[in-house]
Amino acid sequence: MTTIDIKQQPVARLEWEKVALVILLALALIAPSFVYPLFLVRILTFVLFASAYNLIFGYAGLLGFGHAAFFGLASYAVAQSAKTLPITPEIAILFGVFVSAAMGVVFGWLAIRRQGLYFAMITLALAQIVYFFFAQVEWAHGEDGIQSVPRGHFLGLIDLSDNMVMYYFVLGVFLIGFLFLLRVIASPYGEVLKAVRDNEARAISLGYDANAIKLIAFTISAGLAGLAGGLNALSFQLASLSDVHYLLSAEVILMVLIGGAATTIGPVLGAVVVVAMQNYFAPFGAWVLVFQGVIFVVCVLTMRNGIVGVIDMLAKAWVDKSGKAY
Amino acid sequence: MGLILETRDLTKRFGAFQAVSNVNLKVEQGAIHALIGPNGAGKTTTFNLLTKFLQPTSGQILFNGRDITSAQPQDLPKAGIVRSFQISAVFGEMTVAQNVRVALQRQLKIALQFWRPLSSLSQLNDKADSLLEAVGLRDFRSIKAKELSYGRKRALEIATTLAMDPELLLLDEPTSGLGHEDVDRIAALIQSFAKTRTLLMVEHNLSVVSSLCDRITVLTRGSILVEGNYNTVSRDPAVIEAYLGTGHA
Ligand SMILES: Nc1ncnc2c1ncn2[C@@H]1O[C@H](COP(=O)(O)OP(=O)(O)OP(=O)(O)O)[C@@H](O)[C@H]1O
Ligand SMILES: [Mg+2]
Repeated sequence: MTTIDIKQQPVARLEWEKVALVILLALALIAPSFVYPLFLVRILTFVLFASAYNLIFGYAGLLGFGHAAFFGLASYAVAQSAKTLPITPEIAILFGVFVSAAMGVVFGWLAIRRQGLYFAMITLALAQIVYFFFAQVEWAHGEDGIQSVPRGHFLGLIDLSDNMVMYYFVLGVFLIGFLFLLRVIASPYGEVLKAVRDNEARAISLGYDANAIKLIAFTISAGLAGLAGGLNALSFQLASLSDVHYLLSAEVILMVLIGGAATTIGPVLGAVVVVAMQNYFAPFGAWVLVFQGVIFVVCVLTMRNGIVGVIDMLAKAWVDKSGKAY
Repeated sequence: MGLILETRDLTKRFGAFQAVSNVNLKVEQGAIHALIGPNGAGKTTTFNLLTKFLQPTSGQILFNGRDITSAQPQDLPKAGIVRSFQISAVFGEMTVAQNVRVALQRQLKIALQFWRPLSSLSQLNDKADSLLEAVGLRDFRSIKAKELSYGRKRALEIATTLAMDPELLLLDEPTSGLGHEDVDRIAALIQSFAKTRTLLMVEHNLSVVSSLCDRITVLTRGSILVEGNYNTVSRDPAVIEAYLGTGHA
């Protein structure tokens, strides 16, 4: 052990990641003055959904293929409760988070004993059951979904029917969810979760119950996916089958892969790119799916860790170059 | 001194193949006990049985007189048993310091609290650094474990294992694949650690075995062939034929 070559890449990553998050937050605060608020709401809910999925995909190493089930369950729960019960919107959303997290415990418990592709298949099968449930039950109104969901008054006081007001309400709730997620990732528990992902047998031999650790992550992820689904349903006043569809489950994987898994900013960038793409390509109809597929393949083939991987590489090249200049 | 670990007719079958047959292993408290034998003898399988990563087909395992045959693998560290792996096992995407800290963390009440900030773990940093110092990895503390050389990964794994402060330590080939310098460093570390604790190790490097170990058990084809100190074992004709004769002598 003579020569010491200490690379400081991980530290450099944290720096630009934090700066970028702060810039994005500033943008989010002023953006509704320039951009249609409901489009921004769409972005926020999908950023939250992708970030929640990243907790199990990136940080727990679990390839779940049915995360739309949690997004959609909360979507329906929030829509139906806001429509039929005398409750305020924040209570409806809490209810949505609760049912999604509860279903997360059950689905997680059934799936986490399996690894890799088996895990993916079990989560897909369970999510399909949820899809067929909502396709069948009468109160979900099949193809039409639950429409004209009232946004209500936040805390019974603030009327959310104005899109601008709704946007800031969503931004506030989003920040609570997103910051909570950041805390989970950078917590004592988060360290153990990464250890289980990197080497499960080793983590067990250090005394950690790997299945319990993964189940906690799965539950938190399901609850936050529910938070995203609930916000989405309330904002668009609609819960529909596309919220529980497997295409949505695939889309959220796409977002995380395009952005960069196991990073905090990756799912944020991935969700922005995918939602924006869907929006601008919307006139092309079903071609959107083809574009998505092509972009997906190109990303996976050319980028090692999505957009974040590319920025990391550029940042490193830049540091190396400026280092040589001395 | 008494026995810390004892197996009674420990047996493991994989289908028709018996990898471990009626092994009665006795490890004395405070000893450095070696488990040696040719490739495929069943040493790693025995380790997996002892640490509950595999369930024995039949037989019993006693730790400090207590039957642990039906314990869960994640419960053994609490009881005082920690193992290392034959293929170096580190947490690749975590930094070297994080690797050790996540082991130290186990003893804290906040180990699994997801609402606490990471700074609540900084109380462990000094301890982690001193363990890294002991294995010569202090300067590497902030690089990712996957970027370490093989030898340094092994050293990191030892530091992580020592961080658990176990009563009984099971090491599966701790020096395999290491250069001379590193072997000496690890051997010295094992020796200092064993002053107050018990060690059971699988080891192919016979000079390490002869200089460190008080007692040696030779395993061939799943069964115990001979047991004793280095002098007895190395002179035994059956051992010479089964093990030392096949290129290791
Ligand atoms: N899960 C398993 N299924 C079937 N056979 C197995 C399994 N694990 C180990 N074996 C077999 O059991 C025998 C003993 O293997 P083991 O890994 O315990 O040997 P070892 O003594 O550790 O050898 P080495 O010195 O090469 O590490 C080998 O023949 C191996 O192929
Ligand atoms: Mg082995």
